[in-house]
Amino acid sequence: MATATPSEIRVGAHHEPHLGFLRSYVFSVDHKVIAKQYLGLSLFMALLGGAAAYLIRWQLAWPETYVPGWGYVEPQQYNAIITMHGTIMIFFVAMPFVLGAFGNFLIPLMVGADDMAFPRLNMMSFWTLFVGSAVLIASFFVPAGPAAGGWTAYAPLSARPIYTGVTWGQNLWLIAVAIEFASFLMGGINFLTTALNMRVPGMTLWRLPMLVWTELIAAVLFMLSVGPLIAGAFMLLLDRIAGTSFFVPDKGGDPLLWQHLFWFFGHPEVYVVGLPGFGIMMEIIPVFSRKPLYGYKTIVWGMIAAGVLSFVVWAHHMFVSGIDPRLATPFSITTILISVPFAIIVFSLLVTLWGGKIELTSAMLFAVGGLATFIIGGVTGIFLGSAGLDVYLHGTYFVVAHFHYTLMPLAIFGGFAGLYFWFPKMFGRMMNETLGRIHFLATFICFNCVFIPLFLAGVAGNPRRIYEMSSYDFLKPAQPLHVIATIATLGLLAGQIPFIINFFMSLVRGRKAERNPWHANTLEWCTDSPPPHGNFSQPMVVYRDPYEYGNPDAPKDWMAQNEPPAAPAPLGGGQIRRTGTR
Amino acid sequence: MGASAHAPTAVAAVNDDAFKDIARGRIAVWWFLASEIMVFGGFITCYVLFRYAHGGWEDAARHVNWKLGAVNTVVLLTSSLTMILAHHAVKVGDKQGVKTFLGLTIALGLTFLVIKGFEYHAEFAEGFTPLSGLFWSFYFLMTGLHGLHLLVGIIINLSLLVMALRGTIWACGDRVELGGLYWHFVDVVWIFLFPLLYLT
Repeated sequence: MATATPSEIRVGAHHEPHLGFLRSYVFSVDHKVIAKQYLGLSLFMALLGGAAAYLIRWQLAWPETYVPGWGYVEPQQYNAIITMHGTIMIFFVAMPFVLGAFGNFLIPLMVGADDMAFPRLNMMSFWTLFVGSAVLIASFFVPAGPAAGGWTAYAPLSARPIYTGVTWGQNLWLIAVAIEFASFLMGGINFLTTALNMRVPGMTLWRLPMLVWTELIAAVLFMLSVGPLIAGAFMLLLDRIAGTSFFVPDKGGDPLLWQHLFWFFGHPEVYVVGLPGFGIMMEIIPVFSRKPLYGYKTIVWGMIAAGVLSFVVWAHHMFVSGIDPRLATPFSITTILISVPFAIIVFSLLVTLWGGKIELTSAMLFAVGGLATFIIGGVTGIFLGSAGLDVYLHGTYFVVAHFHYTLMPLAIFGGFAGLYFWFPKMFGRMMNETLGRIHFLATFICFNCVFIPLFLAGVAGNPRRIYEMSSYDFLKPAQPLHVIATIATLGLLAGQIPFIINFFMSLVRGRKAERNPWHANTLEWCTDSPPPHGNFSQPMVVYRDPYEYGNPDAPKDWMAQNEPPAAPAPLGGGQIRRTGTR
Repeated sequence: MGASAHAPTAVAAVNDDAFKDIARGRIAVWWFLASEIMVFGGFITCYVLFRYAHGGWEDAARHVNWKLGAVNTVVLLTSSLTMILAHHAVKVGDKQGVKTFLGLTIALGLTFLVIKGFEYHAEFAEGFTPLSGLFWSFYFLMTGLHGLHLLVGIIINLSLLVMALRGTIWACGDRVELGGLYWHFVDVVWIFLFPLLYLT
């Protein structure tokens, strides 16, 4: 047995330092405060992104009519709004929500550490993101409006102001996104270092809660994929500001190169946002099934395999962009192959549910609802992975529905599940379950009613990226589908009102939370709600896997990770029961 | 479940864990360098693919001054050597050596930038700017970004030198190692840029 290293000694009680308001709440280095800042920023940006969705859907259902609360949506505005909707939702809602908020809050708590490895860097990464958000919002107010070349900023549309009429809006977009990348690269340093280096004794890699694994893999995927796009963003910015022609064909540049750079990042990015959503589900589903997570190691290896594969699938976003058909087949194969690890995760979660004592709390509803909706997104992904079918579907609403069906369940349903689940730990109070269930039902039903019609419209051949569809005769039969989708969007947005009420009411008047309201095993439940500065009042030691629920031989149906074994190991020591978690 | 795990094994297990022996700073710097490799890798890949796909870049590439480039390669490689010697001096506690070798590294870095400045000046005088075609766009972008990285490295080494002069460096000696990792990375980037831009 080795002696404790300094990092282990650091874990333990800390005196609450008497800092001023600024140092405690604004420029705090406490990972829990920073996590809440990420949460607040992402929820605020979600309001903007949701408002954009409202304008887009209204225009598509009832073109060129007065939109209540806004006015008329002009064609140029429509392009800008759709660009900003995508950018905000991916980079400034999904990432700060599932990575920033849950990663920052839970990684140190789950590995038993007192804080992130580099607290000041952690603070800096949030404030960098804040600046990025401010730059993006500022781009709404520059002359000629915000970027309007799509959230993918395809060149040459984005490379020269003449194509979209946007001048500084696109430059600011590039700068904002580059700042956002820098922020999450800094955040990733903390995720990796904390999860590898600050684990308490006994917390081996194979005992890490799944959420830590998913955040870790997501951070690594992000770091390895974003570099070429940062290079591309530099080049695009120079094309716009200095007049180079990296992506402009008339001087020898290649617009397709931007698509390669974008999707080399863009596809792993889907998993960067998606895996932590799965991680949240994998924490919640065992707790409310009172069963161990099925296939722990298989899932981890599956996620690593998916991460590796995610670097060789990007061209499936470009089947209709004029790439060499000989390239299409290998990318089809890898794309369909990547569904295997995700099928493993989905089936493992289904088996975890099987025969469990299921308790449908708001968190569990969102986790299971997200899982169910994700299956639709995943299955339609196989359609799109096959190049022949993709050529027909890629330019249609089918793709719109598909990626909303993958990202919404993981980032938004998963994020909400996590929020209902960890709200007591974050804020020390319970959320209202009735309002939570209303929120879930409204979100779940309306979400499906938005995007199932769009699948149908897509299969019928309805192209996306069209401002006003009523002027095309062949699109008239699809119009009722758009009306249904829009009405459902209104319901989806209204369905968030119970959540907003619940969130703020529970903050002030919610029932005080005990340490472990859900009878869960992971280390964050072994400290106060909310945890004090320094997280744990005594050094933690881990003896168990994270998902020891419902063991009939155990004295109670949950065994926290720091619970010492009752009896010494039997003589002969070969009686290792392997059910469940392995 | 693996409920049979008992305390001693559990505690020993994590101390056998190879990751916990790596210093935090080193993980962080390697993370940063990996992300930088991906950025420069992106540039280099774009350059190679463009050059492969479009002919006629040799004519433009002929105008860069490979002799000055070669001199600069030697300067930068030597600076990596002095950086290692500075790290070694920290390890053996050679107070004068740390100052000398950090100073030499900084001087060599500045020499590189001065030579690069003369190159740029000559190229601009001949009328080659970042807008004179894709080769020149890549040339100025990649060497410019590399130069900026070198400048950052010089600033890092300057701060280390100040710490060495004040004697505060001994409390955090691994900073020379971490600064050195970055310095070598900038050096290695140049090892890729030199043949790709000057010799082909």
